Amino acid sequence: MDSILSLASIFFTMILVDNYVLVKFLGICPFLGVSKKLDSAVGMSLAVTFVMVMATAATWPIQTFLLTPVDAVTGELKWDLGYLQTIVFILIIAVLVQLLENILKKFIPALYKALGVYLPLITTNCTILGVTILNIDNGYSFIESIVCAAGAGIGFLVAMVLFSGVRRRVEMAMPPKCFEGLPITLVSAAMVAMSFMGFGGIVQSIFGV
Amino acid sequence: MSKNLSILTNGILKENPVLRLVLGTCPTLAVTTMASNGIGMGLAATFVLLCSNVVISALRNIIPNQVRIPAYITVIAGFVSVVQMLVKAFVPALDASLGVFLPLIVVNCIILGRAEMFASKHGIFASALDGIGMGIGFTLTLTVMGTIREILGAGTWMSGLEGLLPFLPDGFKIQVIPTSIDPFSIMTSAPGGFFVFGVLMAAATWLTTPKAKKEVKEGGEA
Repeated sequence: MDSILSLASIFFTMILVDNYVLVKFLGICPFLGVSKKLDSAVGMSLAVTFVMVMATAATWPIQTFLLTPVDAVTGELKWDLGYLQTIVFILIIAVLVQLLENILKKFIPALYKALGVYLPLITTNCTILGVTILNIDNGYSFIESIVCAAGAGIGFLVAMVLFSGVRRRVEMAMPPKCFEGLPITLVSAAMVAMSFMGFGGIVQSIFGV
Repeated sequence: MSKNLSILTNGILKENPVLRLVLGTCPTLAVTTMASNGIGMGLAATFVLLCSNVVISALRNIIPNQVRIPAYITVIAGFVSVVQMLVKAFVPALDASLGVFLPLIVVNCIILGRAEMFASKHGIFASALDGIGMGIGFTLTLTVMGTIREILGAGTWMSGLEGLLPFLPDGFKIQVIPTSIDPFSIMTSAPGGFFVFGVLMAAATWLTTPKAKKEVKEGGEA
């Protein structure tokens, strides 16, 4: 029971308090680029969530058993290849994205049609590499890592959907000439981020963790 | 010569990677809570940009077109690992304050973007100049943004610089706004980042557009 509580706490912290886009500034490029329309915002976020969970499921065992394996008896590192982390992780993510694209194309063409255009963009989305590295840095277990990745993905979805709504209003506003386009979008993102600051502490008070 | 110079200076305002091309926004927003962090991040990215541009430009005729993106990413990831190790060994304070954004230079779109847009089409020397120019533009933008956010949000300037320049005394900082005035602390948190970035981008647009208008006018009169 206790572990379910702590997992739920990780999940909701990732969505509301540590929202990757609005609080930790990861994945700003797709946040600004694809949030113009609700459909594409949802499609992109779902693809990101999917790849995030898959990438975490692939990188966690590789880090734990291949790069920095711990000897069960002595508790010491058997060997330390930790310095290869960056290269190995980015290659795994690139291969995974390619693989997913092919598998979806062959077996689930409907999903491929919905996510297809966003998949190649995901390799260079920093949320994916960010969540895999942060999971290792935080010392999460396998289950915790998966939950954290799913939470991060859903948090991305929430931010994208909320912001695409804000953006529709902003498009119609008439800011000063030099603020047109991205600058005014960024200023409105500041307002959305400010509203997310209100969630600070909410998860601790609900779950008491 | 003037062509080389223009490649070098392009990155500073006209094609500023952050403010005009809107690349590499994540580290721009995340690490600029202090001006010294901006300098550190900018220098690290400049090093990676210079090295990867040179190597990719040297290999541009060898790398097959179909696998060029994975090849570029591998080259970039290699240099990022080098930077990570150097920073961890010599400037541990910077490593602590940049955190996950140091390995994330791999997916910084400035670097992959310049590899794809410039280094894969130009010679080694021009690519090196482009890397330096873009790097300077990136570093300058990060420093300016860090300066604004730090002065407004904490009232100090360049605190933490002793991590980069070891001859400075511990706890070095320049107090810009007297401590009796409460700092505007939202500037150092997330909303302030978005806000300052938006205003700076508007300023860059404002700085570059009136010139174009004037040129048109002069042309019209002639």
